[in-house]
Amino acid sequence: MSLKTDNREFGERTADGIGNAFMRSAVSSAQDSLKTRRLTAATALGDWEAWRVVGQTIRQHTLQNLDFYLNQLADNIEAKGGQIYFAATKEEASSYIRDVVVSKQARKIVKSKSMVTEEIEMNKVLLEAGCDLIETDLGEYILQIDDWDPPSHIVAPALHKDRNQIKRVFTEKLGYTGDESPEKLARHAREVLRQKFLEADVGITGCNFAVANMGAINLVTNEGNGDLTAAIPKTQIAVMGMERIVPTMEEMEVLDNLLCRSAVGQKLTSYITVMGPKAAGESDGPEEFHLVVVDNGRSEILGSEFNEALQCIRCGACLNVCPIYRHIGGHAYGSIYPGPIGAVITPLLGGYDDYKELPFASSLCGACTDVCPVKIPLHEQLIMHRQNIVKEKRTGAAERFQMKAAGRLLSSPSMFGKVLRLANPGSRMMSKHGRIVRGPGLIQGWVGVRDLNQPVKQADSFRTWMKERQGGTQQ
Amino acid sequence: MKVSIFSTCLVDLMTPAAGKAMVEVLERLGCELDYPASQVCCGQPTYNSGYLEDSKLAMKNMMLAFEHSDYVVGPSGSCIAMFHEYPKIFKGDPDWELKAVALKEKSYEFTQFIVRVLGITDVGARLDGTATYHRSCHMTRLLGEKETPYQLLEQVRGLQLEPLKNSDNCCGFGGTFSVKMPEISGQMVDEKCDSVMETGADILISADMGCLLNIGGRLSRKGLPVKIMHIAEVLNHTSEPAAAKGGLSS
Repeated sequence: MSLKTDNREFGERTADGIGNAFMRSAVSSAQDSLKTRRLTAATALGDWEAWRVVGQTIRQHTLQNLDFYLNQLADNIEAKGGQIYFAATKEEASSYIRDVVVSKQARKIVKSKSMVTEEIEMNKVLLEAGCDLIETDLGEYILQIDDWDPPSHIVAPALHKDRNQIKRVFTEKLGYTGDESPEKLARHAREVLRQKFLEADVGITGCNFAVANMGAINLVTNEGNGDLTAAIPKTQIAVMGMERIVPTMEEMEVLDNLLCRSAVGQKLTSYITVMGPKAAGESDGPEEFHLVVVDNGRSEILGSEFNEALQCIRCGACLNVCPIYRHIGGHAYGSIYPGPIGAVITPLLGGYDDYKELPFASSLCGACTDVCPVKIPLHEQLIMHRQNIVKEKRTGAAERFQMKAAGRLLSSPSMFGKVLRLANPGSRMMSKHGRIVRGPGLIQGWVGVRDLNQPVKQADSFRTWMKERQGGTQQ
Repeated sequence: MKVSIFSTCLVDLMTPAAGKAMVEVLERLGCELDYPASQVCCGQPTYNSGYLEDSKLAMKNMMLAFEHSDYVVGPSGSCIAMFHEYPKIFKGDPDWELKAVALKEKSYEFTQFIVRVLGITDVGARLDGTATYHRSCHMTRLLGEKETPYQLLEQVRGLQLEPLKNSDNCCGFGGTFSVKMPEISGQMVDEKCDSVMETGADILISADMGCLLNIGGRLSRKGLPVKIMHIAEVLNHTSEPAAAKGGLSS
C-alpha cells in the first residue's frame, strides 16, 4: 500500500461508496455509537474545551521547537543503545528498514498497526525482499488476508467490513470452520497470530508519540499486539512521522487522554505502553531497537499555511463525525488517510494532480473542526486548499467564469438589481408550473436532486416590498 | 432600538416571505428598522468555493453598506457567521480590518438578536401544529448559537416541537457543494428527509434558508407532505391556523 489506494477517478470511487449499502450501514452505525461514547468520555474529563486548548498548545509548542525535540530524542535513543534514522523520503525510510531486516537475515516479521508504514510502502518493499510479514492488529490482519484490501479508517482499518464478510474471508483464506461470532473469529485470529509472534525475528511497530526526554516511544492499543510485537522479537523497528513527538511524559499523558477519548470513547485504551531500547537490567524488550523518523513531505508543511495539520494525533474523531465520510466511506478518498484530515493532508503529501477533488468533498459543516481534540481548523484548511486550487487554475474555465461573474453581481447593488429584474423572466424557459426543471451546469446539479421554485418577480422581491414599506425614503 | 435589516441575497431572490416576517416581528418588538439599499451578498458562495479575491468585492460592499448601522440583523445563521469570519479574512489589511471587526461586533442572526439583545423569548406567536427544528451547521458551529431558536420556539403557543434525530448532522446543502457534488449531497439530504419524516412533524422549521430550500426541495421532489417554514414566519404567526397563512412551500 502507498498513500494512494485507488487509481480510478474520484467520481467513480464515490459512486462505488454510495452504492455499497452494506459499508454505509456499517459506517453510520459506528458513527452513531461512537458519537455517544466519545461525548461521554469527553464530558467525564471535566472541562473538555480547556483540555483541547492544552492539547493544541502542546502540539503547537512541539511543532515550533521540533528540531530541538527531535535532536533530544535522537540523543536519548542513542544513549540508551538504540539507533535512530531520519528518512527524508518514503524510499529512504523503507530501504533503511529493508536493510536492517536483511542484515539480521530475518525472514519472519510481525507488525502492529501503523499508518505511516502504509504511507512509505514498507510492506511492499519487505515482501519483495522475500520476507514473511504478518499484520497483527486484528483489523489490519483481516485486510491482509483479504488480499491486502486497503484500510478505510485510520483507527479502525476494517470498519467497512462486517462479521459475515470477515467470516467469509477467514473461511476462504484460513480454512476457518466456525460461525460469525466476533469472539470466535477473534480467537481464531489469536491462535494464528500467537505462533507468528513466537517465531518472528523482527517486530515493526508504529508510534503514537515519541517521548523526547526519555528516548522512548508510546504505543496506545487495545489488543496488546503492539506490546507483543515489541517485546518478543529480538529486533524492534518503530516507525513514526516526524511530528509525532512530545517533550515529556506529562504532555504524553494529556495527549493520550485526548486520543483515547476522541478515538474510541475510552478513558484509556487497554494498553498504554512506553518502550524503547532495552536498558541494562531489564528482563524483556528487544536486543536491538531502531527508530525511523519519516519526513516524506512533512518539512514542507511545517511553517506553511497548513502547519496546524501537523498537530494531528490520528484519533480519527473527524472521520467519525463527518457526514461525507458517512455516505461515501473511506475508500472513496483514494488515500490511506481518508475523512476530513485525509482531505487536508493527502493533497499536501500526494499533490493536487491526484487529489484536487478531496478539499471540495465537504459541505464545510465544521463538525470536524468542532470535534478535533487538538483544535485543527479542518474546514478552514479545506477552504485554503480550495483557494490554492483556484489560484493554480485547476478548476474548469466555465466555473472560473461563473465565479468571476458572481463576484461582480454579488458586490454591485445595481447589477444585483438587474439580476432581480431578469431572474424570473429568465428562468421561464427552464420552468414548468413555477418550478425550475432543468438548467445549465450548477442549476442542473440542484434540480437533479431537489425541486426549486422560480425566483420571485422583481415586484414581489423583498427589496421592493421593503422600499415601499419605508415610503421610498430609505437609501 | 435602531436596526438595519440584512435580507440576504437568497431571501431577496427566492423567499421574500421570510424577510417580510422578520421585519414584522422586529417592528412589533419595537425596533426601528432601516434597509441599506446597497447591500447584496455576504460573499460566502464564492469564498467557500475558493475564489477569495472575487468574494472580497462582495465583503467590502457589505462593510460599507452597514458602516453606519447600530445593529445588523439577518434571517440566516450562515450569512451572519460569514460576517463573523471577515476579521480573519481581512486581518492585516489596514483599510478594511477595523471595518470587518466593527461589522462582526454589531451583527446578529434574527433569533439571536431577539433573545440576546432584546432579552425576549416570548414574541406572542401562535401556531397550531407539530414541527421539528433543523439546526444549521454554520449557525451552531461557526456562529456558535445553539439555543436561541429553541428558546423562542418553546414559547410559541399551540406548537408541538418534536426532536430531530442526528440534528447535528449536516443536511447536505453546503452552498456550492450541493450543486458541485450532487451525488453526495443527495445522499445527505435523503437521510435528513428520513429523520424529518420519523418525527411525524408536519412543519420543518429552520433559521437558515439554504438548508430549508435544500431539505424542502428534496421533500417536495419525493412528494412528502411536510411544509417548510423559516423561523421568522413561525414567530410572526399569530392566531390563524397554519394552513390559512401558509409557509414557503406550496
